[in-house]
Amino acid sequence: MQLWLIPILPLAGFLINGIFGRRFSKGMVNAIAIGSVVFSFAWVLKTLLALDLGHTYTERYFTWIQSGALQINAEFAVDRLTAIMLLVVTGVGSLIHIYSIGYMAHEGGYYRFFAYLNLFMFFMLTLVLAANYLVLFVGWEGVGLCSYLLIGFYFDKKFATDAGNKAFIVNRIGDFGFSLAVFLIVRNFGTLDFHGVFAQASGASEATLTTIGLLLMVGACGKSAQIPLYVWLPDAMAGPTPVSALIHAATMVTAGVYMTSRSWPILTHAPAAMETIAVIGVATAFFAATIGLAQNDIKKVFAYSTVSQLGYMFLGVGCGAFSAGIYHLMTHAFFKALLFLGSGSVIHALSGEQDLRHMGGLRKKTPWTFATMMCAAVAIAGVPPFAGFFSKDAILIAAYAHAPWMYWLGTLTAGMTAFYVFRAMFLAFFGEYRGHEHPHESPPVMLIPLAILALLSLAGGFLFRVPAFLSSFFPAQEVPENPALMGVSIFAGLFGIFLAWVMYVAKPGMADSFADSVKGLYTLVYNKYFVDEIYGAAVVTPVVEGSRAALWKGVDVAIIDGAANGIGSTASGVGGVLRLLQSGSIRSYATWVLLGSVVVILGIEFAGGVR
Amino acid sequence: MDVILFLAFALFALACAINVVVQKHPIASAISLIGVMGSLAVIYLLLGGEFIAAAQVIVYAGAIMVLFVFVIMLLNAGAETGSARSLTAQSLGAPLLVGLLCILSYFVQRLFPHEFATHFGEFTGGGPKEVGEALFTTYLLPFEATSILILIAIVGAIVLARKEID
Amino acid sequence: MAEVPISWYLTLSAALFTIGAAGFIFRRNIITVFMSIELMLNAVNLSFVTFAYQFKKVDGHLLALFVMVVAAAEAAVGLAIILTVVKRRPSMDIDEVSTMKN
Repeated sequence: MQLWLIPILPLAGFLINGIFGRRFSKGMVNAIAIGSVVFSFAWVLKTLLALDLGHTYTERYFTWIQSGALQINAEFAVDRLTAIMLLVVTGVGSLIHIYSIGYMAHEGGYYRFFAYLNLFMFFMLTLVLAANYLVLFVGWEGVGLCSYLLIGFYFDKKFATDAGNKAFIVNRIGDFGFSLAVFLIVRNFGTLDFHGVFAQASGASEATLTTIGLLLMVGACGKSAQIPLYVWLPDAMAGPTPVSALIHAATMVTAGVYMTSRSWPILTHAPAAMETIAVIGVATAFFAATIGLAQNDIKKVFAYSTVSQLGYMFLGVGCGAFSAGIYHLMTHAFFKALLFLGSGSVIHALSGEQDLRHMGGLRKKTPWTFATMMCAAVAIAGVPPFAGFFSKDAILIAAYAHAPWMYWLGTLTAGMTAFYVFRAMFLAFFGEYRGHEHPHESPPVMLIPLAILALLSLAGGFLFRVPAFLSSFFPAQEVPENPALMGVSIFAGLFGIFLAWVMYVAKPGMADSFADSVKGLYTLVYNKYFVDEIYGAAVVTPVVEGSRAALWKGVDVAIIDGAANGIGSTASGVGGVLRLLQSGSIRSYATWVLLGSVVVILGIEFAGGVR
Repeated sequence: MDVILFLAFALFALACAINVVVQKHPIASAISLIGVMGSLAVIYLLLGGEFIAAAQVIVYAGAIMVLFVFVIMLLNAGAETGSARSLTAQSLGAPLLVGLLCILSYFVQRLFPHEFATHFGEFTGGGPKEVGEALFTTYLLPFEATSILILIAIVGAIVLARKEID
Repeated sequence: MAEVPISWYLTLSAALFTIGAAGFIFRRNIITVFMSIELMLNAVNLSFVTFAYQFKKVDGHLLALFVMVVAAAEAAVGLAIILTVVKRRPSMDIDEVSTMKN
């Protein structure tokens, strides 16, 4: 079935564009980059149509590590969960690649951008296709690297490179947790293959499984931006908008959700870990939504929205509704990618303006952008029968069955989600234009992907019945249908939209006066609860200063340099002392000779004796 | 008889040797050295070294010491002035010398017990005939080598001392 | 006691050698230092001849002869050097010859 073609085609695109792209024309770069991803998508379709997904199809390429009893192979596997992820990654990825042709048309480093994007696709597909934890980790690390490269794409801007560093370093913390989990798995199960580990999972002790589950969750928190490791995602908006759409909305950040869903045999036997995941998920969802309420940069609003929606997915996973979590992953990929690409279109129309306060009235100037973004907005707000409604509803119902307070918090968050998304929509597209640029509609190469994503956001919910598809994969869950709950969540969404309408369209000054009346709370929320500053003071500064004082000055300068220089100065000192023998005085030379001869005579006597 | 001769000349040699080292004027040291050479020649005779005794007087006392006296005369060397300046020599020299003497005497006493005695006339193999035979057969190579050495020394001495004349 | 033990000859040789070494170390006049060297060489000659007596062989005499020859050559060259050195600097002090210092 040649599964390896799926990731290798983008890798080939990366190599060709990366090495030769400087000399290619834009058309050539496009052809290679887009072509590789589109062919990969076509190959995914061909593979999935040809396979019977009832059981896992594995392809083994070579033995990677053979160490004692531990054997780790380079293996790809496809089952139902993989199928969904493959379609999302390659499908949405292709659309974003096409969009980037238009968005990046006037940027420098054109070929470099597409090379990095292709490299990212390679690593992400490796992650998704992996049949054991180590190959997954290769993809995991690789997407982190590409995220760093792409966030810091405008490498001459310090805030971009700082953001890239931040993303990579915070991810590293998560990766450390993931590595510990992998070590524990090797130690307890003797293998890293998924089918091997999961077969033994029921036999292991709950304490072990809980520890592994918690450590996997740490890894997921880093990659999928949950509390406390979410701080990198808002800063990651420094990268180009297609990057935000692809990596930080649709694919990379979902790797954590994918990984925890894949590990469901471990998690279902560790209720404490699942509980922790659910709590962190719902807390992050609520927390990020509150911050998103007050942001003025359109990309930041959607960044916090991503954090919040990822929290929903983890809530689903934590409550045992794995298929609901994956369902939301898919629908979120559609409408969040569309929201980001749409805001990219708006930014492109305004020649770089990102502040909502300087937008307005754009629905006349950029009608297509407005229409498509509205599709995404109603989807994310959970308005039936669009995509977001089905997936969010599935999660909330499972949450209610698990612990009602999670349901109420999730519903409140849903209301806030609707509010801030429509706040952004109303501020950008309604009212009078408050800026100084000349807005123009985006070229078709950017609009067609928007249109396709809009269709998916609207219809994807009932077109792709994910829970039914995955019902044979995940353990069955008894969740009673409760129309009342559904009604409450729909109402929350609609109320959010209505409130946004009132505050931003009907009575434009109301938002500002409300903000003034709760000045302290507003400042707190607007400054993201000062979390970055707290981290900076509590963690970053002590580490940097400690490293500077202890490791640099103490170890490197004093000990290592001191040893190296010390050897030199010792040699020179000894030489300086020995130099005094050369006094130039013949008499002292004679005395030394006499001394030597007496020593030799004594030496002979003591060594063996004269005669 | 051997004993008296030996003791007399040995003591004379020691006295002259000490005089060499102690005297301030080089010419007095040179004369004392000639005295040492002479008494050593008698001691060689006691040991049966006739040829060596003769060579000692002719070469050492007759040629080398004369050379020394000439040089002292050329250089107009006066009495020595000033005090010692080398710290190493001062601090280490005396203990080392005493130590050296003690060690050597100790070894000599240990290795050559009292019974091993000498008699005048016991060894007759030191005459010119025996020396000549050994010199031109067994020790031919060193003989030739030392003759070249003397040639080099002559040339060297001429070269070194020549420049002053120009 | 009608005979002289060999050890006395060797002790005399050691004593002469030590006195020569003392002269070499403690005297400052170059000529005197040279004469102390000749004294040391004579002491060694005496021990060679003594050992020749002990082994009843003539080889010790031969060695002593060669020592004498070499001493002669050395004295000649050495005195020539001393002449040169003393002409360069008017002092006959051995401590003044110290340009090889450090």
